[in-house]
Amino acid sequence: MATTLLAIGTRKGLWLATSEDRRDWSLSAPHFLMTEVPSIGIDTRDGRRRLMVGVRSEHFGPTVLHSDDLGETWDEPAGGAIGFPADTGAAVERIWQLQPDSADRPGVVWAGCEPISVWRSDDGGESFALCRGLWDHPHRSEWGAGYGGAAAHSVVPGPEGTVHVAMSTGGVYRTRDGGGSWQPRNSGISAYFMPGPAPEFGQCVHKIARDAADPRRLYAQNHHGVYRSDDDGDSWTSIADGLPSDFGFAMLADPRRGGRIWVVPLVADGERIPPGGELAVHRSDDAGANWRRLATGLPTHEYNAVLRDAAAVDAGDPVGVYVGTRGGEVYASADEGESFRTVASHLPDVLCVRAAVLP
Amino acid sequence: MTVRVLLPRLLADCTGGRTSMSLDLPEDGTVRALLDVLAADHPVFDRRVRDETGALRRHVNVYVDGEEVRRLAGLVTPVPAGAEVMVVQSVAGG
Repeated sequence: MATTLLAIGTRKGLWLATSEDRRDWSLSAPHFLMTEVPSIGIDTRDGRRRLMVGVRSEHFGPTVLHSDDLGETWDEPAGGAIGFPADTGAAVERIWQLQPDSADRPGVVWAGCEPISVWRSDDGGESFALCRGLWDHPHRSEWGAGYGGAAAHSVVPGPEGTVHVAMSTGGVYRTRDGGGSWQPRNSGISAYFMPGPAPEFGQCVHKIARDAADPRRLYAQNHHGVYRSDDDGDSWTSIADGLPSDFGFAMLADPRRGGRIWVVPLVADGERIPPGGELAVHRSDDAGANWRRLATGLPTHEYNAVLRDAAAVDAGDPVGVYVGTRGGEVYASADEGESFRTVASHLPDVLCVRAAVLP
Repeated sequence: MTVRVLLPRLLADCTGGRTSMSLDLPEDGTVRALLDVLAADHPVFDRRVRDETGALRRHVNVYVDGEEVRRLAGLVTPVPAGAEVMVVQSVAGG
């Protein structure tokens, strides 16, 4: 099997792990030590091995760097890859998401940032342009901030010009024209923390993912609530039955097989620990109708949460599943979550993991 | 006029390894003008200390002859001839 790269972004740096069999991993020295790494993108389209990271220093701010040699060297455009136009009066606070688009748009990479904004790169992540349609959206003044800040934290490109984003707080928005115009798509998603019936927007959707077989099918882990949409986000129905909790941050979709998803439940908004203090991943093979608890190799004593981007899948066969905790543990499964091995321990809080089988 | 600038060691990779230098400024120079001169040669350094609106980052401090400029006139604080200007990260982090 080819080499698999697992990139681990933490509160205090980036670690890169590689493996030939996804069982035994070798871990690098830290990159960007003492700098937060909340977003990672691995771009393997067209045979590339491009690693992109959104780093943030408490002192010296955020920036995007990329490496084409697996972290041996990093490049950063002198003028910066991402920055608000002067007329906005805004400044990027944190890069929450770096998401390569599909294989048929090989230069396109999306970024989601704090303050709430979505950006598009057409040069493989070396420079990003603000999506004005979302920035100028009339809802902007009513979007709020979750604990981590007001951010567009999930960007999920789809076929043709379709892109779904999720923001906290604001919920899911969709464009069908490549980012020009955006509409809220939250029908059926709860916002229990607001009075009255669920609003058109304002939800705190934690993560969304797109089905591999049916691009109109999406999944969402909400701030209480796990949902599926079969109509491109127009409406959402609960798929939380069978889970120990409907709270959590991660939502993963299998890139090879339709209907297969993973979540990592936490007890509740007010109790952000794995149920029973035992870390487990839950998988559905039928788009959320049934769930199975998977915990082989995961700790039976774990009181740390798994954050929204601290879970990922690769596109290997079988698919690999990766989770990292705020306690600095990272686990990898080479068999779709059936069993896990420890990749790294005692790292700083894991904010983000991404993995790819390298070309 | 010439002023002396002290730069944070943490940003030495953005300033060609230098942590101090002398700069020529106009007689009516300000902190902003000094940072603009630095930015011309060291654009990445500039992005580390100022955001894209031109504001000084929250946890970066600039002292002119020992006085923190936020207690003076911010980026339009005058920089007199012979001044020592220190750019340094504040106490922050975890």
